[in-house]
Amino acid sequence: MNGPAIVVEDVAKRFRVYHERNQSLKIALMRGKRANYDEFWALQDIDLQIPQGKTFGLVGHNGSGKSTLLKCLAKILVPDRGRITANGKISALLELGAGFHAELSGRDNVYLNGSILGLTKRDIDARFDDIVGFAGLEQFIDSPVKNYSSGMYVRLGFSVAISVDPDILMVDEVLAVGDEEFQRRCMEKFQEFRDDGRTIVVVSHALGTMRSMCDEVAWLDHGRLLAVGSPSDIVDEYSGSSRHDQVAAADGDTGARWGTGELQVTGVELVHGGGVGGAVRTGEPATFRLTWAAHEPVAKPVFAIDIDTPEGVSVTSTATRDAGPVPDVLEGEGHVDLVVPRLPLLPGTYVVRSWASDVGGLHVYDQRDKVLRFDVAPAPGREQGGLVTLDGAWQPPMRPHAPGR
Amino acid sequence: MSFVSDVREVARSRELLVNLVRRELRSKYKGTALGWAWSLINPLATTAIFTVVFSTVMRVEPPVGVDGLHSYPLFLLCGLLSWNFLTAAVQGGQSVLLDNGNLIKKTYFPRRLLVISHVAAAFVSYLVEMGVLVAVFLVFGVNVLPWTPLVLGLMVLLAVFALGLALLLSVVNVYFRDVAHFVALFMQIWFYATPIIYPISLVEGVQDGQSWAADLPLTTLYQLNPMVGFVESVRDMLYGGQLPPAGPVLYALAFTLVSLWVGNAVFARLQGRLAEEL
Ligand SMILES: Nc1ncnc2c1ncn2[C@@H]1O[C@H](COP(=O)(O)OP(=O)(O)O)[C@@H](O)[C@H]1O
Ligand SMILES: [Mg+2]
Repeated sequence: MNGPAIVVEDVAKRFRVYHERNQSLKIALMRGKRANYDEFWALQDIDLQIPQGKTFGLVGHNGSGKSTLLKCLAKILVPDRGRITANGKISALLELGAGFHAELSGRDNVYLNGSILGLTKRDIDARFDDIVGFAGLEQFIDSPVKNYSSGMYVRLGFSVAISVDPDILMVDEVLAVGDEEFQRRCMEKFQEFRDDGRTIVVVSHALGTMRSMCDEVAWLDHGRLLAVGSPSDIVDEYSGSSRHDQVAAADGDTGARWGTGELQVTGVELVHGGGVGGAVRTGEPATFRLTWAAHEPVAKPVFAIDIDTPEGVSVTSTATRDAGPVPDVLEGEGHVDLVVPRLPLLPGTYVVRSWASDVGGLHVYDQRDKVLRFDVAPAPGREQGGLVTLDGAWQPPMRPHAPGR
Repeated sequence: MSFVSDVREVARSRELLVNLVRRELRSKYKGTALGWAWSLINPLATTAIFTVVFSTVMRVEPPVGVDGLHSYPLFLLCGLLSWNFLTAAVQGGQSVLLDNGNLIKKTYFPRRLLVISHVAAAFVSYLVEMGVLVAVFLVFGVNVLPWTPLVLGLMVLLAVFALGLALLLSVVNVYFRDVAHFVALFMQIWFYATPIIYPISLVEGVQDGQSWAADLPLTTLYQLNPMVGFVESVRDMLYGGQLPPAGPVLYALAFTLVSLWVGNAVFARLQGRLAEEL
């Protein structure tokens, strides 16, 4: 149990940034070189010791090299300089469900994915029921994964990755995807891992979670290690420096905002009764208008609107992927409407979170918590309490028919 | 030596290899109504077409085989099945890294396994087809069973040869996508340069004949093609009922070793940056 789990010595990683990606042999032969590219150091001078049995966090702005470092640790990328030594079996959760084969059933994919992660057939046989149970996919396990929703995909991927019994588990921002229930179960699983004395390396934008979960945090900035230390110190320092990341805060909003930014949710408004703002009544038609801006073409974007109570109870969550059209590509500016014919919310205050992601839901372009807060005013003849109206109609009382008419 | 450690790495992941082969085989005919039957229908259809075109119309005469056997389809199949395997292994193998980009970018496992499993899956089909061919020979009253061990040995050798080519082409293809087109063209030329649809005696006939090509050292050039050794040797045993000459087999063996060594070396050199180039 002693000695570091991972030692990183003077690691550097260089990427090629192609100006003109040229993959044609003819042009390459004519020019005498393959492509026109600049070199770009995504990581430089990284020296780290990740202690065994500890939870180690990585923070940093988008593009600071966190994912690159994790991929180097997981041997997916080969560093151009330096050395990485790992003691123990590594399982990396870089993208949930990566490597699933769409045509194959969930069952076949569990076996395939498990063996990629180093499990033998017997291991998987023994754990199969647990894996499927944790993912909650008992009824669907024999249908092809191409028919799964993104949530199901994510749950199965997580479930397989976690079943590997790794000594070192690496997690890249997966805490941010999935529904709340799923996130809670992930956290429980991480806690179990910690209690078993395994090492966890985690990247997350959820700074609160990082603070409470990690034993040590490293801060990456532009590919260099700025500081390593106790989570509270580093997270405070980092969040102090990263105000400008949180565009929403500058807008006067209190909600957090994060994402890679190719596509932005510029705002959400509630349109009703011909006007904007003010209170809408239960049962009235209402439209949530989400305005967006894309500075570059974004393929197959998905927009979503979540409605919560101010206390954080999730009322509903709807995404264009599941219940609407997904355009092939978006660029420029515009809006999408979520048209609600009869608003089923009962009187009270509600908070909207909105996000834009890729079609798999794993790459978040922009997520804005508390992007809109609205009130619902009472309408006559509705339910007395609760969050939603069933829009039901009570029928006159009936008596059972007298037998033998 | 690094080659030894490469082999060891693959051997350690044989469980994954088996799973990848299974995936390949399962997804191959998935969603087709006839499923596995396709792996037999395809060679049968080609045999029918080639027999009509080359035997009936163009009157290519197959040589007389063992016990007076004289059948163009059997003659053809002895070469065609090996060729079909080579094409499947090489032409499919060269795109296997591109097709599995997501797997490579997000998970770690020995990258070679993708190529090996593809070739292995093609080999399974090849085995089934050759098994059926052996059965057909038996039905025709030709007892080819004593030859099966040697034929199997040659088949394995051919698989290793194809693996070397597939390893080489699969990584090169990541960097130059149009290599695939060159390969498709080259395979077509190679097909006609191999005695599959015609007996090798026809080539010797050209050299003795009157055409413009008669002055070329055609048979010598022809023998440079390693596939001649593979195809002719299998045919000698199954169709001709005789032991093939050692020369072409040794030549093919040498080619196989070079192919595997070069393919593996190039793969090893270029595989490090796969996750970022894909
Ligand atoms: N395959 C690649 N080719 C070129 N540049 C890359 C590649 N992968 C990542 N990068 C660049 O490396 C930098 C670090 O990326 P990444 O590690 O994903 O950052 P983070 O995870 O901290 O947001 C970014 O500027 C990104 O654009
Ligand atoms: Mg990242």
